[in-house]
Amino acid sequence: MGMTMSQKILAAHAGLDHVVAGQLIKAKLDLVHGNDVTAPVAINEFRKSGFQQVFDVNKISMVMDHFTPNKDIKSAEQVKIARDFAAEHGVVNYFDVGDMGIEHALLPEKGLVAAGDLVIGADSHTCTYGALGAFSTGVGSTDMAAGMATGEGWFKVPSAIKFNLTGKLRKWVSGKDVILHIIGMIGVDGALYKSMEFSGEGLKNLSMDDRLCIANMAIEAGAKNGIFAVDEVTEAYMKGRVNRPYTVYTADPDAEYDAVYDIDLSSIQSTVAFPHLPENTRTIDQVGDIRIDQVVIGSCTNGRLSDLAAAAKILEGRKVAKHVRAIIFPATQQIYLDALKAGYLEIFIQAGCAVSTPTCGPCLGGHMGILAAGERAVATTNRNFVGRMGHVKSEVYLASPEVAAASAVTGKISSPEEFM
Amino acid sequence: MKAHGFVHKYGNNVDTDVIIPARYLNTSDHKELASHCMEDIDKEFVHQVKAGDIMVALDNFGCGSSREHAPIAIKESGIACVIAATFARIFYRNAINIGLPILECPEAAEKIQAGDEVEINFDSGIITNMTRNETYQAQPFPDFIKEIMAAGGLLPSIQSK
Ligand code: SF4
Repeated sequence: MGMTMSQKILAAHAGLDHVVAGQLIKAKLDLVHGNDVTAPVAINEFRKSGFQQVFDVNKISMVMDHFTPNKDIKSAEQVKIARDFAAEHGVVNYFDVGDMGIEHALLPEKGLVAAGDLVIGADSHTCTYGALGAFSTGVGSTDMAAGMATGEGWFKVPSAIKFNLTGKLRKWVSGKDVILHIIGMIGVDGALYKSMEFSGEGLKNLSMDDRLCIANMAIEAGAKNGIFAVDEVTEAYMKGRVNRPYTVYTADPDAEYDAVYDIDLSSIQSTVAFPHLPENTRTIDQVGDIRIDQVVIGSCTNGRLSDLAAAAKILEGRKVAKHVRAIIFPATQQIYLDALKAGYLEIFIQAGCAVSTPTCGPCLGGHMGILAAGERAVATTNRNFVGRMGHVKSEVYLASPEVAAASAVTGKISSPEEFM
Repeated sequence: MKAHGFVHKYGNNVDTDVIIPARYLNTSDHKELASHCMEDIDKEFVHQVKAGDIMVALDNFGCGSSREHAPIAIKESGIACVIAATFARIFYRNAINIGLPILECPEAAEKIQAGDEVEINFDSGIITNMTRNETYQAQPFPDFIKEIMAAGGLLPSIQSK
């Protein structure tokens, strides 16, 4: 029996010719990653267990993004644990205020992940890098500590669900709508423990930013990882970023899948996930009249340049509704700079948006845009759980940058088609 | 290995944001994390939980963020085992890695109610509900995971090799 793309990567890193779903394996890691919330926990465990050194100073990354620039004394102390550890052990890929970005936008941008890699990260959205054809999955801090010490991790080989993409997205529809549509269809545990494998002739019509956004939310369907077949779009993205050899794996023609879904991209509409689960989706025409208080555009899901470009197109020459606070946070310093040069930031400020330095901030209700009781936000982030962005009685509606920007203008959940 | 205690029961899709809300993630102090465990869906939990108690929930327990603070908060609050119909996978591995026993058993998850007295035998996977006089069979841990549990977590198990 053939192997899926994920199974092939796992087998290669475990030094095995063949693996089957359900098998427990130990495999070698290409990158072990953590952030300012999870790395300190891992570092404490690492030290407590008496490990003296990390397995490879080039294969560990730490990005300080959740509560930075430090929101309070406690977060300052957390970051300091990571900063001191990185300095002490000579961790090369340590990113702090000034050169950081949101981890899952930053690592691919810096060329730290490549096709065929096996990556673990102590953050659930580590699944994002599957967009590049890597096997990449979120783990906990203890896994990170063990990975830093040994360069290995334990895995249960996942089975897979295949998404066969055809066609081309319509105007104002983007990667976010694709993944919200899929989660609405299969549910928040629809891919529990499994890989979500994306391929098909429609792939060529999805940009890297679209793919990163789709893979980012695989975890919201419970998946272990999301992974895209590698094509010219992937190769073009890696060119000039990844300066080491990498391997392109393809699924065997006779690989077995738990389910196969055919998705015609041209049939997907703008989609919104209602509180308090990403599976509570409605297409934009079914949303009704939902007045909002805040709009957040950014995060590891939709804080990339094309997301900001889409928002800028809609906000250019318009104003954010009087009763709405619109907050825009580019995902990395590079994206921030590119958006500045392209004139997007000026458009946002003229429209009445607050533009922030890269941070996770509002996405997890950390800082920079917390909601009060009874308030509603449209956010391009990935989770709308109870209390995710602030008070337990606040609400988050997940949407694309296109819908978020249009909603900022009208003050209620809207499609750009309403006025463009 | 055995556990014996009273049950705290929850529903579907209990996510790590309610197990330990992100606003408390600016610390990694175990006791402080435990003092906020479950507070967004069950304010009484931290006042009522006793060492050795058991947490039972339905599908997809621990979904959402990978924060290990979630199983840490549960373990530190005194919970001896979590039983659910299914677990979100990162939560599952985190729990094992920090040495918090967890069992998947849809039948037990459905039939056990809040306040029931329950005994668990981890070697056989048998869950006994003393209150209702019922037993349920969960998959016992594979050897690989038993080793981690016996060592008290992943790191001690690596160190002992
Ligand atoms: S932007 Fe949000 S989802 Fe992404 S890493 Fe930060 S907190 Fe997590």
